[in-house]
Amino acid sequence: MINLVQNEMTKLLGKRRFIIISVIILVLLSMFTYAQARQAETIKERLGTVDWRTELQQKIVDWQNRLSSAGQWREQLQIQIEQSQYYLDHDINPSEPGAPTFIRGFVENSAELFLPLLIMIIAVDLVSSERSMGTIKLLLTRPVSRFHILLSKYIALILSVSLVIFIFGLLSYIISAFMFGNQGWAAPVLTGFKVEGGELNISEVRLVSQWQYIIQQFGLAWFISLVVGTLSFMLSILMRSSAAGMGTMLACLIAGAILSNMVSSWTSAKYLFMVNLGLMNYVSGTAPPIEGMTLGFSLAVLAAWMLGSLVVSFAVFMRKDIY
Amino acid sequence: MSSITLSVQGLRKVIGKRTIIKDLSFELKRGEVFGFLGPNGAGKTTTIRMLVGLIKPTSGTIHICGLDIAKEFTKAMSHLGCIVENPELYPFLSGMENLRHFAVMLKGTTQARIDEVVRLVGMQERVNDKVSTYSLGMRQRLGIAQALLGKPDVLILDEPTNGLDPSGIREMRAFIRFLAEEEGLTVLVSSHLLHEIQLMCDRVAIITKGEIIRVDSVTNLLSSEERLQWRLRPFALGKSVLGSLTELLNEQEETVTTIYSEQLSGDWNRKLVEAGVSVLEMNRKLPALEDLFLELTGGESID
Repeated sequence: MINLVQNEMTKLLGKRRFIIISVIILVLLSMFTYAQARQAETIKERLGTVDWRTELQQKIVDWQNRLSSAGQWREQLQIQIEQSQYYLDHDINPSEPGAPTFIRGFVENSAELFLPLLIMIIAVDLVSSERSMGTIKLLLTRPVSRFHILLSKYIALILSVSLVIFIFGLLSYIISAFMFGNQGWAAPVLTGFKVEGGELNISEVRLVSQWQYIIQQFGLAWFISLVVGTLSFMLSILMRSSAAGMGTMLACLIAGAILSNMVSSWTSAKYLFMVNLGLMNYVSGTAPPIEGMTLGFSLAVLAAWMLGSLVVSFAVFMRKDIY
Repeated sequence: MSSITLSVQGLRKVIGKRTIIKDLSFELKRGEVFGFLGPNGAGKTTTIRMLVGLIKPTSGTIHICGLDIAKEFTKAMSHLGCIVENPELYPFLSGMENLRHFAVMLKGTTQARIDEVVRLVGMQERVNDKVSTYSLGMRQRLGIAQALLGKPDVLILDEPTNGLDPSGIREMRAFIRFLAEEEGLTVLVSSHLLHEIQLMCDRVAIITKGEIIRVDSVTNLLSSEERLQWRLRPFALGKSVLGSLTELLNEQEETVTTIYSEQLSGDWNRKLVEAGVSVLEMNRKLPALEDLFLELTGGESID
């Protein structure tokens, strides 16, 4: 089994898939970091020569004065004070963030479309390319059952997803640390927002270290990518051509992005996988597309889709006549 | 172990309402080269794909070395090597990487065995180059190397000489004979060229429209259909002499065709000469596949 998985990885490496993906990530990263750096410069110019420490101190004093009269906003103010105090204590300029802050923003924006797209490059022709090359005839006439062949391909997919996420994280760390510096890993980030009955519930909002937050983000990004990868894997078995599979999957992902903005009244849409891909929003506190959706719900829906497509994949692949 | 290595009983494939393969049955023995002869679209490739487990038969059984491929697929497959249609390999890997890739899937295949098959097909020099740089002949050889990796008892080759140049075809033929005679393999070869089958095979099955219309040894099949073409002068006299000896099948200007007979043909020639007819030409003709089909199917056309 390990040998079979090794075979699959050799083929992926031979096709230079990981190199292509790394280049895409690299190009985009340099664009984003450049844009970010320019923005930071503009902010610095606007602020002029005022020392950010005195300014932040002033803000904290303001907030503290308002605490007594804040009423229901009291807790939020306290959290803001706590956060600002951290920046002050650790000598980090909040408007001049380091690598972790950049990575956090980058992952958040990439998880829903960009990363799944990269995974699709690998997953969508895992099986269909063997068919179009004709090598599937050799693969399936070995003394190895079809189940094991498909399983080795799926394990290779899981490894690839992990590898891509790792390359993504590594490259964004190297580039952003070079551009913005390596400070701020322990900086506090707000999390734990909940949307209930159309209102933001901040009763469970807490501060976590940025590195914990980023690990959580990468975990979710990995899961989203795996779900999209598994669905593409199924299409790769059902469809003869990689292009058709790629097109279908792309249409689904884009439909998801559009639907998320307009399905608030069509509640049964929450069972569609593409509406549930915005896992990052639960963590950062953006309202979900349909009321009543929670992180747990979305994870469950995605897991169900993934399981379903795996069952279909194996059922079809093991029975299919190869012409 | 019994000498029957591949046994097919009542093989049938129905797609939709069309029966593509109709009740094929045949048995192959150790050390023989068996030809599968038929025009394009006769069902050769579909049958071969069923034999190697790519297509599931609607009914019927296939046994390789006594193992039912429907029940003991992996065990049965370990006795089989095959190339179905073109020898498709991974173009982005080298020949050696391709062989390693397939060797991994065959238990107990060592690097020594890989080197051995590479030597056997004479690919030592190019084996580390990428397959995308190979000529068709080299791919064909690498394909054979791949098929031989697991020391199979049965080798199935679909149109093995397709796309090869004349010297490549000769080499391939000699190689297939070598495998059967020296290594004791059973080789099943399909082709739509009678000539090809005649030069390689011991026995042949003629298949058309999904049915085997005849299984016989190549010598029997051909000799019963072989013809002798005579060019005689003077033609009229020659014709009447020959006509009194045997049946005249076909005549054109100056030539007449009769059956060929090892025992009698020399006799006829002597009688013609004694009667004062000059025999300008005696030409032994192998039947064309088309003629063979016409005779065997009683005029049914090939489509």
